[in-house]
Amino acid sequence: MRPAWLSPRRLREAGVLGMNCRNIEFIGRYNPRSKFPLVDDKLKTKLLAADYAVPTPSLRLVIRQQHEVADIEDMLAGLDSFALKPAKGSGGKGILVIDRRKGSHFIKSSGALIGITDIQRHLSNTLAGLYSLGGVPDVAIVEDLIEFNTCFDGYSHEGVPDIRVIVFRGYPVMAMLRLATHASDGKANLHQGAVGVGLAMDSGRCLNAVQFGETLTRHPDTDRLLGDIVLPQWRDILVLAARCYEMTGLGYMGTDIVLDGSRGPQMLELNARPGLAIQVANGHGLLPRLRHIEQLRERRLTSVDDRVDYATQHFAEGASF
Amino acid sequence: MSRRLTFRLMVISLALIGVLIAGLRYMETGIPLVPGQEAEVWLVEARVDFIADGGAITASLSLPENPPGFELVDEQAASAGYGFTLLNHNGDRRAEWTKRSANGPQSLYYSAQFIAGDRATEAPGNRMEPRVIPVFWNDAQLTASRELLARARSTSSSATSLARELIKLLNGTPPDQNTALLLSQPGSTAELLMQLLNQAGVPARLVMGLHLEDARRRQRLAPLVEVHNGDDWLLFNPKTGETGVAPTLLLWHQQGKSLLDVTGGRQSSVSFSMIRQTVPARQLALTKNSDTLFSRFGVHRLPIEEQSMFKLLLLLPLGAAVVVFMRVLVGLRTAGTFMPILVSLAFMQTSLLPGLASFISVVTIGLVMRSYLSRLNLLLVARIATLIVLVIFVISLLSVIGYQLGYSTGMVITFFPMIIIAWTIERMSILWEEEGPREVLVQGGGSLAVAVIAYLLMQLPLLQHLSFNFPELNLVLLAVILAMGQYTGYKLSELRRFHAMGDDG
Repeated sequence: MRPAWLSPRRLREAGVLGMNCRNIEFIGRYNPRSKFPLVDDKLKTKLLAADYAVPTPSLRLVIRQQHEVADIEDMLAGLDSFALKPAKGSGGKGILVIDRRKGSHFIKSSGALIGITDIQRHLSNTLAGLYSLGGVPDVAIVEDLIEFNTCFDGYSHEGVPDIRVIVFRGYPVMAMLRLATHASDGKANLHQGAVGVGLAMDSGRCLNAVQFGETLTRHPDTDRLLGDIVLPQWRDILVLAARCYEMTGLGYMGTDIVLDGSRGPQMLELNARPGLAIQVANGHGLLPRLRHIEQLRERRLTSVDDRVDYATQHFAEGASF
Repeated sequence: MSRRLTFRLMVISLALIGVLIAGLRYMETGIPLVPGQEAEVWLVEARVDFIADGGAITASLSLPENPPGFELVDEQAASAGYGFTLLNHNGDRRAEWTKRSANGPQSLYYSAQFIAGDRATEAPGNRMEPRVIPVFWNDAQLTASRELLARARSTSSSATSLARELIKLLNGTPPDQNTALLLSQPGSTAELLMQLLNQAGVPARLVMGLHLEDARRRQRLAPLVEVHNGDDWLLFNPKTGETGVAPTLLLWHQQGKSLLDVTGGRQSSVSFSMIRQTVPARQLALTKNSDTLFSRFGVHRLPIEEQSMFKLLLLLPLGAAVVVFMRVLVGLRTAGTFMPILVSLAFMQTSLLPGLASFISVVTIGLVMRSYLSRLNLLLVARIATLIVLVIFVISLLSVIGYQLGYSTGMVITFFPMIIIAWTIERMSILWEEEGPREVLVQGGGSLAVAVIAYLLMQLPLLQHLSFNFPELNLVLLAVILAMGQYTGYKLSELRRFHAMGDDG
């Protein structure tokens, strides 16, 4: 039986990055405060991504004022499926995903039926800042839904799986796939019960999978073997993640990427304070990899391709990190 | 690396400076490092407020002289531009402020220090000859008072038992017709009791007492009745019927014409602030009058009303340090970063258990109401404003219910910061909808745990004494907070969170 607590020494040996260390030595040191708004505001991120030709789900509507909420039915007229997001939301809060319509009603990804008044209330809450960091007034954005990629058949309950890649000074250092479950209510957040699948940096193959901090081998809802997962277009995913470094200038960030069925990897959002659960999903601590990148001579490798090559070689499955 | 070294040096020197100044202050002033070694000293400050009419002003305030159980050590008056004299006329001591002309709101201060002393000392007011004061009633009142007196007399045998019976009748619930009629006249129950006793031929007089409680501001005098039983004056509480002077009761006004007279002004009132000190009285007096650096810049120099506020303020760094410790080193999740400190400050006023009970009940009731509000489709700001109004209703309701059930502690809820409670309810309810009740319990429990720990530390007499008398020790706390701010090690909660990492190598 594994112990329920580990000693600080064991954690240090496993190279686990703790929250205090992350905040002071990585976020505090490598993420300039002035760059935070670029990623804390999804609208800014999307506009910036368009400048750098980083693919993202296309933006359909921006709702900025409370009076626009009354006309939302007309504005949504041409859209059968869409995702409604608060621009400054965090942790997946306040995201409403509509799969299709049924008469005058909308069907959420969970299958629940909602009316236009529910959408209006959700919009009002969003604009008032209910879901935003610090409760500041916000804007709402409506974007296209991601087309489900068939490679995830049987691996996801309700939501679209997304891939979190930690990018440190432009190098992808660690990655995981997040699968929504019934317990997580279609959300891809690990602390809400989503399954986290650690991915090998060289191949995109499953290394290890966890739910609620415990290792598991099969998807809890569909019973499919998680060990069989190998992500297609793996190199494209890593390149997309690495390109976000040039785009934002943030030294330590989490990039959330989805695989669209027809359009390939799309950048969904960026995070300047990425969580630590990725280490549990991988069964590896982040610290040795971060320290390794830290002591690299600056600007030795500048192109995105070189950095991805470096990461796939040095952080490969079975390598010393 | 050298930046780290300067940081460490700064932290260490901050702590050293704090300890050093505290040491110097200790040697200079002789204030003891531990509380409770000395007799208690009460600093009481009377504040007279009125609005001047523009002409000459004479304000005169009745003062205590050797009140039973206390000894007057020192007294001062502070009022800009006023002439001040202490008058003593037949044991009626008064402070008199005078000014040729003044306009607008005026505040006059008189402060005095009392040591808890011999309870047997004879108050000078007691030497006064007992005398029956004539009473004037109208017809209806006369009949009612006779009726009441007859009933009280039939069940009593002496002056003291008559007073006790009258108090019982006056405080009976519901009051009978006669009592209700008499109580409907302006004036307090104490005044009515005094009049009834005098009508019965028992010498009785109205006195004003001050209930001493540490760090209280804006207190009023409580009216009490003294009854002469043939040999001595005996003090009665007109509400409870208790006799004798309680150890925390300071008799402020025993005899003479009135408590406060202001000519040339209107809307006059007097209020009291007080603070308890464990500093030797004579040393305190010395400190106050000496001109050393420490006495000049000590908190003791401030008016007492401000001092009692500082007593709480200087405890805040301790609460802040607890929050930092619990979040950085332990990794407890709380709802709102510093909300727990505000709650623990409220606990300081209410004491722990009543405070906890009322806080939990208000938040729970608020959550139920909020779940209904979420169906009303309101804008966020309006919803929180609604919540504030509802919280105030809930608090008033709980206070009334608590009072009816006989807990005067029902009132304590009013100490909680309403706006903070409303926000807490809003956050908790969002948390409930998005993350489920478990997260609400985790964060709510975490906040309460931090609040309780901060309260338990802040109510320790030693820490209260040190933080107030040696405020520079807060520099040490500041150093500790700074040091914790650079801690990059694991949190206690992370030892559990990453336990699955024990699998490999």
